[in-house]
Amino acid sequence: MKQDFKVLGTRPIRPDGLDKVTGKAMFGADKSVTGMLHARVLRSPHAHAEIVSIDTSKAEALAGVKAVITGDDFEDVDNRWTRYTMQNCMAQGRALYDGHAVAAVAAVSKKVAAEALALIEVTYKPLPHVTDVDEAMAPDAPVLHEGVKGRNLGDDVSGNTVGYYSFGHGDPETGFAEADEVIERTFKTAAVHQGYIEPQACLADLGADGRGELWCCTQGHYEVRRICAEILHMDASQLRVTASEIGGGFGGKTTVFIEPVALKLSQKAGRPVKLVMSREEVFRATGPTMSASMDVKIGMAKDGRITGAHARLRYQGGAFPYQMVMLGAMSAFAAYDLEHVQAEGWDVMTNRPKMISYRAPGAPMAVYAVESVVDELCQKLGLDPLDVRIMNAAREGSKSSYGPTFKAIGLVEALEAAKAHPHYSAPLAPNTGRGVSCGFWFNFGGQVSVSMAINADGTVNLIEGNPDIGGSRASISMMAAEALGIEFDRVRTIVGDTASVGFSDVTDGSRVTFAVGIATINAAKAAIKEMCKRAAMIWEIDEESVEWIDGAAHAVGHNAGTLPPMTLAEIAATSGKTGGPIAGHHEGAPDKAGVSFGVHLVDVEVDPETGFTAIKRYTAFQDVGKAIHPAYVEGQIQGGAVQGIGWALNEEYIYGEDGRLQNPGFLDYRIPVASDLPMIEPVIIEVPNPGHPYGVRGCGETAIVPPLAAVSNGVARAIGARLYALPMSPPKILKAL
Amino acid sequence: MRYVVAKDCPEAVALLNANNGARLLAGGTDLLVQLKQGAAKPNILIDIKKIDGFGNIAAEEGGFRIGATVSGAEIGAHIALKAAWPGVVEAVELIGSTQVQGRATMVGNLCNGSPAADSVPAMLAAGAVARVEGPGGARDVPVADLLKGPGRTALGSAELVSSVLLPKRGARAGDAYLRFIPRTEMDIAVASAGVNLELDAGGVVVAARVALGAVAPTAILVPEAAAALVGSRLEASALDACATACEAASNPIDDKRGTAEFRTRIAGVMATRAAKTAYTRAGGSL
Amino acid sequence: MSKIHVNATVNGDAVEFLCEPDEVLLDVLRDRLNLTGAKEGCGTGDCGACSVTLNGRLVASCLVLGAEVEGSAIETVEGIGTADALHPLQRHLLDHAALQCGICTPGIIVAAKALLAENPDPSEEEVRFWLAGNLCRCTGYDKIIRAVLSAAAEMRGDSA
Repeated sequence: MKQDFKVLGTRPIRPDGLDKVTGKAMFGADKSVTGMLHARVLRSPHAHAEIVSIDTSKAEALAGVKAVITGDDFEDVDNRWTRYTMQNCMAQGRALYDGHAVAAVAAVSKKVAAEALALIEVTYKPLPHVTDVDEAMAPDAPVLHEGVKGRNLGDDVSGNTVGYYSFGHGDPETGFAEADEVIERTFKTAAVHQGYIEPQACLADLGADGRGELWCCTQGHYEVRRICAEILHMDASQLRVTASEIGGGFGGKTTVFIEPVALKLSQKAGRPVKLVMSREEVFRATGPTMSASMDVKIGMAKDGRITGAHARLRYQGGAFPYQMVMLGAMSAFAAYDLEHVQAEGWDVMTNRPKMISYRAPGAPMAVYAVESVVDELCQKLGLDPLDVRIMNAAREGSKSSYGPTFKAIGLVEALEAAKAHPHYSAPLAPNTGRGVSCGFWFNFGGQVSVSMAINADGTVNLIEGNPDIGGSRASISMMAAEALGIEFDRVRTIVGDTASVGFSDVTDGSRVTFAVGIATINAAKAAIKEMCKRAAMIWEIDEESVEWIDGAAHAVGHNAGTLPPMTLAEIAATSGKTGGPIAGHHEGAPDKAGVSFGVHLVDVEVDPETGFTAIKRYTAFQDVGKAIHPAYVEGQIQGGAVQGIGWALNEEYIYGEDGRLQNPGFLDYRIPVASDLPMIEPVIIEVPNPGHPYGVRGCGETAIVPPLAAVSNGVARAIGARLYALPMSPPKILKAL
Repeated sequence: MRYVVAKDCPEAVALLNANNGARLLAGGTDLLVQLKQGAAKPNILIDIKKIDGFGNIAAEEGGFRIGATVSGAEIGAHIALKAAWPGVVEAVELIGSTQVQGRATMVGNLCNGSPAADSVPAMLAAGAVARVEGPGGARDVPVADLLKGPGRTALGSAELVSSVLLPKRGARAGDAYLRFIPRTEMDIAVASAGVNLELDAGGVVVAARVALGAVAPTAILVPEAAAALVGSRLEASALDACATACEAASNPIDDKRGTAEFRTRIAGVMATRAAKTAYTRAGGSL
Repeated sequence: MSKIHVNATVNGDAVEFLCEPDEVLLDVLRDRLNLTGAKEGCGTGDCGACSVTLNGRLVASCLVLGAEVEGSAIETVEGIGTADALHPLQRHLLDHAALQCGICTPGIIVAAKALLAENPDPSEEEVRFWLAGNLCRCTGYDKIIRAVLSAAAEMRGDSA
């Protein structure tokens, strides 16, 4: 399926680039309107407490305060998942975690809003709390919500256990019996935050006529509309949501935390309300990803063949029911073609902020545990870790550990590229170890709408419904240009608001370049069909005798060569006289997203006297199907790798005995800084996805999956001892030495 | 809260004297964070940056007097100061990011009273002396005597530190400061050490001062660790004894930044490494 | 409590504003002067997104009071380059695809410009340590560092 492309594979400058390097780009907190009020949210200082009473009278009496709300201001909703989201935005009856919103005010200034918060009197009755997953799962744990325990779960687990999943085939015990070596280990990983630099921000205006305008930084403004309309009991059509430029999301902006609050305040005050979270609020009250406790058991034959594999994953997802361990259980062994495999998972609630997706949600920790045990087996049996992975690798036709049979995939290609790369054979300095890990992500398709207009001057406008989080307006314009046969700079793509283009799912699951790309190609096809029709009309020949080649209509068949080709610009110029404006649109739900595999190599140096770990060299190989804009693909791989490095080494939510978060800031929630890192070398592998016309696979998420084990395996080989918990902060490493 | 710019030192002292709950504003890199978080609620902020002389680095009796509002960036750019006291300067330069360096002051770092303040162990090792101004006039106080506990100094409520004097260096002297942090930048010290050595012509240590940060309620001098180095050429046995003395003197807490056990061990490692750098800077060869 | 009257220059233009005694320069720029290029990522000096220069010195504008800038010269990202004539740093950041979401980009540009004013020929390590206070969560820093190095080379007139 090798194709020749004119636009795809080039590296044009992104259309939003100029605004972003000159400070003009409008992010969530950058918009203001006349008459606007400023809102602030009061948050629980308790990990778990009954809200006995809230007295807002003093706050309401303060000059300049225009509205105060509490959980009582929100009516119940039918959809239980929406109710959880609503109660996460504003507690009703109980505060379920440190940082849980209990009241909010809107006032004429930030200062007055802050003063009003201090006047709200909340009486709490503290309740027993639990923040650790294993403790929360124990039968005697304090239970967050009654009646939501997962089906088919026994008395051996508490009511916090909201879901159980199992995937696999064969019989792991049979596999272990065939093994020469079996290793079983227990792992723990900390909760980590997406760490986007832009805190959540919105500007809401809900008038007495029931019409609403909402501006916010989100990965999915249609999802914001759905949730807010349900919570506010509005018709979706009456709430127009506009996505601002978004300052990072990584999954963390796929739901709402403040928007319903701002809308409710606006409704009550009758004025627009701006609500911007502080960084501390972001850490305490928006979703980090899950923490995990995991057991992995793998059997291996002397030659490296994996004979059996079993994983038990217990994920902690915060204060409300959720469904995410499933993706971990599906991902755990996806890189391997196994006869006997099973992965089980339990979703567990605790008194922590409600989890939300973080780049390949659920996969990094499961794969970390599996890849650590595989590495330990390689060490024990004296086998090369890449050879073992190549031997056992999933490939086209493999029955995946989670069910489906893989179509064309690029894992073996990535592994072989890693083996052949100079990095793998470079000599190692003292106290340095080289770690290897595979990684996997499903990628999604989902619902999508695209509207394309061919302008009379031969340019093209395209409206899509997916916020651009990493350069997708560039890649979508490139695919439109490729499909139409015109130059990149003739196309302008914008992200439309919810009233200007049809429904689109959230920007998640690495789906945008794939799904919006397909919709764009189909919209272009529709426009091309119309342009061929216009050319046929002008030429007075049959429509069937016109073909679109390289941006122009060509007469074919018996008319071939008799008529000069008519370009898009020429057809567009006369469109007013040939039947009116030319456009194309497409609405659909493409589902052949094509899974993606990556392989990472890392050299880590450990200071034997302090346990400090330095990343000395990093190379990341990833099958992306087809790199539309290779520089942005590289950026995804590099960015994902570094987030994974942070997860491996220093990032963690730290809770005290009191159940309060101890490090809600960038000072002590330690994301990697520029001086922590070497260059990250990305190696793009292109095994086309048969489910996309250009071979595109999602590429945004896979790269966060391998670093956890790659770094851990590197540390294990550097110090001759293995850690079974993340982050591998210096005190833990020094203790292991 | 009021904001007032003090014209001169007596006015700043008078404002401190007249207002309970006043805070001085120099670099502001800690104070403004405390204001934002509600941890500090002063009724008056006294900006001392316009006070004549507070922004100067001046040579004095062979040493250097560093004014209260001199920023880290200015200290790092002072070539003669850096040549004389490279350890103190490198400690100051480790406070925060480049952006923070543009504002943060060494004297502010001292007056905050943080046990993990980077410049304080280096100042202790250097034998720095603070000039304290108050209603009764000026007095000179060794930095070591100013430290009282986390967030606490020996300053009276109407007193301020107008400058710190780093004394004259002998020939064959060198200092160094090292801290341990989990990342390479942007963290608070988990454990740190400042070492100041003077050698004789044969490379034997004749005088030493060793100070530790983040392992006790204040930065501390460890005379036993210094004594372990005196008379040595930093042979392994001397360094081991120094590290052991540092560990013995450490009394840290467990917290989100490190365990007590880890901090204790790292204090010794930092001290011996800083000692080696100081020794080399003093002209010794290892 | 009354507001404080302040005169200063921002990007060369004289400005005059009233601010609260505890109001930080970042809020003054954003809320009073409508210059939203500097961003608040943390408000505690830990992320660098609010970087500006104050009398030529790189600072975090969230850690400066508005009242303190009386008589000072402030430069923000809005004062660097124009759409027609971008600063080399802006051009190289675009050419290297060194931004994904772009929220940290204004701070990176202001900080990197301050670096190159002080050190026109920085090493990779010097760029990395200078920019350690500018958090970027998207890029892994690789392309940012390359862009700054290549902008520096162009500004020095190196043919490479």
